[in-house]
Amino acid sequence: MTINELNQIRDSKADLIKVRRIVAEEAAKLAEKTGYRKQVLVCGGTGCQSSGSKKVLEALEDELKVQGIDSEILVVRTGCFGLCSLGPIMIVYPEGTFYAQATPDGVRRVVKEHLKEGNVCKDLLYKETVHEDGSIISLAETNFYKKQKRIALRNCGVIDPENIDEYIGTNGYEALYKALTSMSQDDVIKEVLDSGIRGRGGAGFPTGRKWMFAKASQGDVKYVACNADEGDPGAFMDRSILEGDPHAIIEAMAIAAYAIGAHQGFVYVRAEYPVAVHRLTVALNQAREKGLLGKDIFGTGFDFDIEIRLGAGAFVCGEETALMTSIEGHRGEPRPRPPFPAVKGLFGKPTVLNNVETLANIAQIIRKGAAWYASMGTEGSKGTKVFALGGKITNVGLVEVPMGTTLREVVEEIGGGIPNGKKFKAAQTGGPSGGCIPAKYIDTPIDYDNLVALGSMMGSGGLIVMDEDTCMVDISKFYLEFTVDESCGKCTPCRVGTKRLLQILEKITSGKGEMEDIDKLEELANHMKSSSLCALGQSAPNPVLSTLKSFRDEYEAHIKDKKCPAGVCKSLLSFEIEKEKCIGCGLCARNCPVSAISKTDYTAPGKKLPAMAIDQSKCIKCGVCMSNCKFGAVIKK
Amino acid sequence: MSEKTLNEFKGTAEQEAALKEVIANHHDQPGGLMPVLQEAQGIYGYLPLEVQNMVADGLGISLSEVYGVATFYSQFSLTPKGKHKISVCLGTACYVKGSAKILEAVETQLGIKSGECTADGLFSIDSCRCVGACGLAPVMTIDEEVYGRLVPDQVAKILESYKEGGAE
Repeated sequence: MTINELNQIRDSKADLIKVRRIVAEEAAKLAEKTGYRKQVLVCGGTGCQSSGSKKVLEALEDELKVQGIDSEILVVRTGCFGLCSLGPIMIVYPEGTFYAQATPDGVRRVVKEHLKEGNVCKDLLYKETVHEDGSIISLAETNFYKKQKRIALRNCGVIDPENIDEYIGTNGYEALYKALTSMSQDDVIKEVLDSGIRGRGGAGFPTGRKWMFAKASQGDVKYVACNADEGDPGAFMDRSILEGDPHAIIEAMAIAAYAIGAHQGFVYVRAEYPVAVHRLTVALNQAREKGLLGKDIFGTGFDFDIEIRLGAGAFVCGEETALMTSIEGHRGEPRPRPPFPAVKGLFGKPTVLNNVETLANIAQIIRKGAAWYASMGTEGSKGTKVFALGGKITNVGLVEVPMGTTLREVVEEIGGGIPNGKKFKAAQTGGPSGGCIPAKYIDTPIDYDNLVALGSMMGSGGLIVMDEDTCMVDISKFYLEFTVDESCGKCTPCRVGTKRLLQILEKITSGKGEMEDIDKLEELANHMKSSSLCALGQSAPNPVLSTLKSFRDEYEAHIKDKKCPAGVCKSLLSFEIEKEKCIGCGLCARNCPVSAISKTDYTAPGKKLPAMAIDQSKCIKCGVCMSNCKFGAVIKK
Repeated sequence: MSEKTLNEFKGTAEQEAALKEVIANHHDQPGGLMPVLQEAQGIYGYLPLEVQNMVADGLGISLSEVYGVATFYSQFSLTPKGKHKISVCLGTACYVKGSAKILEAVETQLGIKSGECTADGLFSIDSCRCVGACGLAPVMTIDEEVYGRLVPDQVAKILESYKEGGAE
């Protein structure tokens, strides 16, 4: 492929894609030029597919034919839009109208009423986009999107990931051309270094420095690897990028390979992500067909190709040395550093290993320049960061914001706050390696350094919101159960330490804790941090330490008062019936699985039947009585 | 301990031929053991000792190395799985929304624990860490089907639908 051919493809697609990015009015004018009156984008990400987007897509294509307008309307199956809780998502351009939780029947109505007759089906729109006066706002104007700055996610939910021409239509592969034809290896590295981008996978090491070390290493063979072993539970940005914009990763890996002098790349991706693997495979084949991978790319003499390797469900393989051991075909155990991968990595050769989200920024940094990228973010953390918002929050999904955005903006404005009128208690970042940020720090700007100062870490960007019903001791226990499962067992501090931490936490949540257990937790946690072999063990105690720091009173309540303030830890709970409220209907008793509820001889004033009571010695604390009582007479203590 | 489940190896000649082809394809690839095991599990549904032996012989490595890799990764299973594979997500987003209670309901309904297979071979239960459908939390998957926004009371009915249509 030559640059002229690339430009031709870009020009043929550019307007089509621009319609999906600009405001409705301009887009309408532009749409006329594209040959398609309207474009319908349906999310084909894992979240929406799980909610049935395939059936929606089938119904859409079928009904377009039935109505005889299939030649005027372009249907595009995209990657993730980010608003996974509203899936399946369907957007109609040029208007930018946003149909949420689409169903096959609803879609047939949209085709007839909206696409054919021009009347938007207001009742099927995402309700936040319809104002009280009946006016409609577009997707881009919703609170969820308005505050976002999408760089890594810029093509997710915009282009068809299985069509390389659409990626080229967004200036795709131009950065690779620029690097190969007008920049030296050192120029490329300097650009990345100057942009200030740091690794998005967890530790935040400057990407440019990684590349610099790998280039400086002597060796005839070098490798570029992409870490797509996204293991933090609750984080799914890497999956969404691979599903929504796979060519961005391929282009970035080729640029990295050129910069350090490598000719072979590996993508290590979780086998649990079948859609991502499929899209990446399709993208690799298309890039090879077009000559953008393989021999003599752009006629410059540069050779590069990429192989996919599937992970097999081991969290520790997200750690860089373990990942490389796994690609080599062994048990994915980490090895000591130094030597660092940039010196001695995959198959003993100098290797650059970058995370998916990091790579998703690279082509744009090369194309638009380091200064552009460095103008976003904070002093020590440049650019944007993608967060996977989850837990007790209204808008579950992926958001990308400039570094330095406050937690409050993310949770309350973009995330839409906590549902059911509950109070924000904490946000957990960094997954099992991170910690909980309590409500009092909600106005802290989020960046690498601030999160570490608060005892958490950026991690890969999972952001789980917790409300007052979440017990912080239980959450620590949850993460420790995870790290006990996932500790690879190679080093003792991690293998034994995680187990002992968990045992102490179990003791506390079962009501047998003593005050010195807290000291033991802290002592053991600090030993693990300083002596574990890899980041998994070094960071495994973070959930415990950070909750101890901010929520020590909850630990003490479990130990001293034998109470779980959030009402989660079963052993410390009791259910009781308020006899003044009970009307004696007996619904609770009939539903009690262990027959622990029986009639008393007390009848409350104004009630006809005697109140019920729970025999605490029989109660298994399942809560069925409480969920069955229509009068709120059963309470949890 | 779980010898009660169907542990007798019943490999066919076709399966063996398919495995030999897989081994030949990856024989000279550096780090080829993982892809071979992944494809072998695709052929047999699990990785019994017999299959591990064939892989070790075919790739010219020791059985202990094959066994070491097969037992390290949670994707590989040394015991057969049920006809319908149930997987309850215990990722953070699902956990916060009560997926532990969903798992409990599935276990109670089927009378087996996570990691086990029912005696009739119809169901096996596993827990997983995040299928990435956090917007639908709590989530459980049965084979390829995803069930989201679950409450424990729905579990019995969902399982029942597999019993009627699925029993052979």
